[in-house]
Amino acid sequence: MDAIRPAATFLFQRLFQMLLVMLAILTIAFAIRSSLGDPVRELTGPVASESERATLRDELGLNDPWPVQFGRYLEGAARGDLGTSYIYKRSTLAVILDKFPASFELVLAAFLIVVLLSIPGGIYCAVRPRSLGAKLVLGVSVLGVSIPVFLTGILLISLFSVLLGWLPAFGRGETVSVFGWESSFLSLDGLEHLLLPAVTLSSIMLPLFIRLIRSAMLDELGRDYVRTARAKGVSRLHIWIGHALRNAWLPVIAQAGLQFGNLLAFTLLTETVFQWPGMGFLFLEAVARADIPLITTYLVVVGGIFVIANTIADLVSLALDPRVSLEAAR
Amino acid sequence: MTGEGNAPPAPAPVRSAVRGHPGVIALLILLALFAAAGLFAPLIAPQNPYDLASLDILDSELPPVWLVGGSWTYPLGTDAQGRDLLSAVLYGLRISMLVGILAVVIQAAIGIPLGMLAGYLGGRADTIVTRFADIQLSLSTLMLAIVALALFRTWLGAESLGANAVPILVVVIGLAEWPFFARTARAGVLSEKAKDYVRAARALGATDGEIVRRHILPNILSPLIIVAAIGIANAIMAEAALSFLGLGMPPTRPSLGTLIRSGYDLIFAGAWWVTLIPGAVLVALLLTVNLLGDSLRDALDPRLKSRGGSVTA
Repeated sequence: MDAIRPAATFLFQRLFQMLLVMLAILTIAFAIRSSLGDPVRELTGPVASESERATLRDELGLNDPWPVQFGRYLEGAARGDLGTSYIYKRSTLAVILDKFPASFELVLAAFLIVVLLSIPGGIYCAVRPRSLGAKLVLGVSVLGVSIPVFLTGILLISLFSVLLGWLPAFGRGETVSVFGWESSFLSLDGLEHLLLPAVTLSSIMLPLFIRLIRSAMLDELGRDYVRTARAKGVSRLHIWIGHALRNAWLPVIAQAGLQFGNLLAFTLLTETVFQWPGMGFLFLEAVARADIPLITTYLVVVGGIFVIANTIADLVSLALDPRVSLEAAR
Repeated sequence: MTGEGNAPPAPAPVRSAVRGHPGVIALLILLALFAAAGLFAPLIAPQNPYDLASLDILDSELPPVWLVGGSWTYPLGTDAQGRDLLSAVLYGLRISMLVGILAVVIQAAIGIPLGMLAGYLGGRADTIVTRFADIQLSLSTLMLAIVALALFRTWLGAESLGANAVPILVVVIGLAEWPFFARTARAGVLSEKAKDYVRAARALGATDGEIVRRHILPNILSPLIIVAAIGIANAIMAEAALSFLGLGMPPTRPSLGTLIRSGYDLIFAGAWWVTLIPGAVLVALLLTVNLLGDSLRDALDPRLKSRGGSVTA
C-alpha cells in the first residue's frame, strides 16, 4: 500500500498538469483564432453587404465579450468541436483525425527502424570503441546529423525512384482499411510507398540514438558491478545485454522523451517531401490557404499528442525505476 | 573581455584544439572559404540572381558544364527560370550564413546574460531561468519555429512575409534556441564563482558586475564558443528547413533551402542539379561547422577523447 501511494500521487499530479497544459494550449489557440480569423468573410464571400455581415456577426456571437466567447470555445472543445475548416467545410477535428493514421504509421515504421538498428549499433560502438567499425558508424552518424531530413528524402527519391525506378516517390499508395483505420502495413503497395519515407525519417533520429545508447552504455560498462560480473565469469554477451543495457535504458528513454517535439517537426518535413497525406502535410496546406480554424485545431491536437507522449515517457521511466522519477516529482 | 592579466586572449582549450589537430585548421580554412564566398557573393557571382529582368527563359534547366549540353556560361547549370545556379548558390549561401550567425548572436545575447545571472545569483532567479529553459527545450525548437512562421505567414500573407523574411527568421530562430547558451553559461558560472580568483577580486573591492564581466566571463568562454558553433549549424539547418517548407525566404531572394525547394520538382524531369547542388553546398557547410564543434568539444573534454570520440547529443 505504501509503495502504491506515491505512485498514485505522481499519476494524479501528472494528470492535473496535463489538464493545465491543455487549457493553456486552448487559450493560445483561442487567442490566435480571434485575432487572425474572420469567419464572417469566409462564410459570406465578397458580395455580401455590410448589414448582412453585421447580422451574421451578431448571430455567430462574435460581438459578445471575449470571456463569453472563450467559454463557448472551451465548451465546444470539451464536445470535440473545435470549429469548421474553411477548405473542407467539415469539423476541423474530424479532418485532422482522418490524417492521423498516415502520420502515425510513418512514425511507427521509422521508430521500428531506429530501434532495430540503434540498439545493436550503440552497443557495438560502446564495447568496441576503438574498432574501425565503431569509427565508421560514428562517422556516418555525423554525416547523418549534417544532412537535413528533407535532403535525405530528395536524395533517396532521386536514387531509388528516378534513377533506378524501384520505389514510388510520393503518396501512400494502396491502403487496407481495418475497422476504419487506413493501414499501409497490410498491402505490398502500401509497404513500398512507406519504405522511403520511413527510412528518411529514421535517418535523422538514428544517429542521435546510436550516440545516446553508446554513451549510456559506456557509462554503465565502467561501473563496479560490471567488473564484479566479469570476475564472477558471467559471459560478455550477458553482461552487455542483461546488465549494462538494462541500466542504460533509463537515460536513453529520458532523452528520447525530449526528442518528441523534434520528431513532430521532422515528420512534417518528411511528409512534405513525399507528399505523404498525413497531419503535417495537411497543416501546410492549411497555412498556404489561411484556414485558421484548421491551423489552430492542428496546434491543439499536436499539443495534446505531445503532452500525452511526455506523460507516457514519464510513466515508462517510473515503471523502469520508481526511485528516480518519484524523487524528481517531489 | 580583455585586461586584468588573468584573462587569456583566446580560451586555452580552443587554442590547444587548433594547435593539436591539423584537421581543425583544415576545417577552419574551409569555413573561411564559405564565409568569403558568402560575403563577396556580389563580387564573385557572374550574374545578379535577384535581377529577374536579366533572365532568359530559353536558358532554363541547362545542365552543369561537365554534363552534355553544359557550357562555361553557366558552370553549375541553370534553374527553371534560367537563373545561373552558381550565382544563386553564392547568394543563397550568403543569406543562409547571415541568418545562421545573426540568430546565434540573438541566442547568445539572451542566453548568456540570463544564464550567468541565474548561476551567479542562485535562488529564485535561478529557478525561474532554469524552469523556462527546461520547458522551452522540451518543446522542439524547430517545431516552435515552424508554428511561429506559419502564424506570421497567415497574419502577414506570403508577400509581406517574404519581404521581411530575414529579420523574422533571425528573431524566431534566435528566440527558439537561447536555452543552450543559458544552461552552459549557468553551469560555467556555478563552477567558477567559488574559485579563489573570484574571491580575491571581491576582496579587492570589485563589484558584482565587474566580477561577472571581467573575471568569470573570460573563463567560461570556451564552452560557449562550442555552443555557438553547434548553434550556427542548427540555425542554418532550421532556416533551410523553414525555407524548404515555404515558410522562409521567398523564391525571389532564395536561400539554400529555397533553392532546394524550387528545384525539387525538377528531379522527376531529370534536372537533378537544380536541387542537389545547393543541397550539397548546404551539407558541406553543415558538416564543416558540426565537425568543428565536435573537435573543439573533444579538446575541451579530454575524457571524451579517451572514450574514442565525441558525443553530440
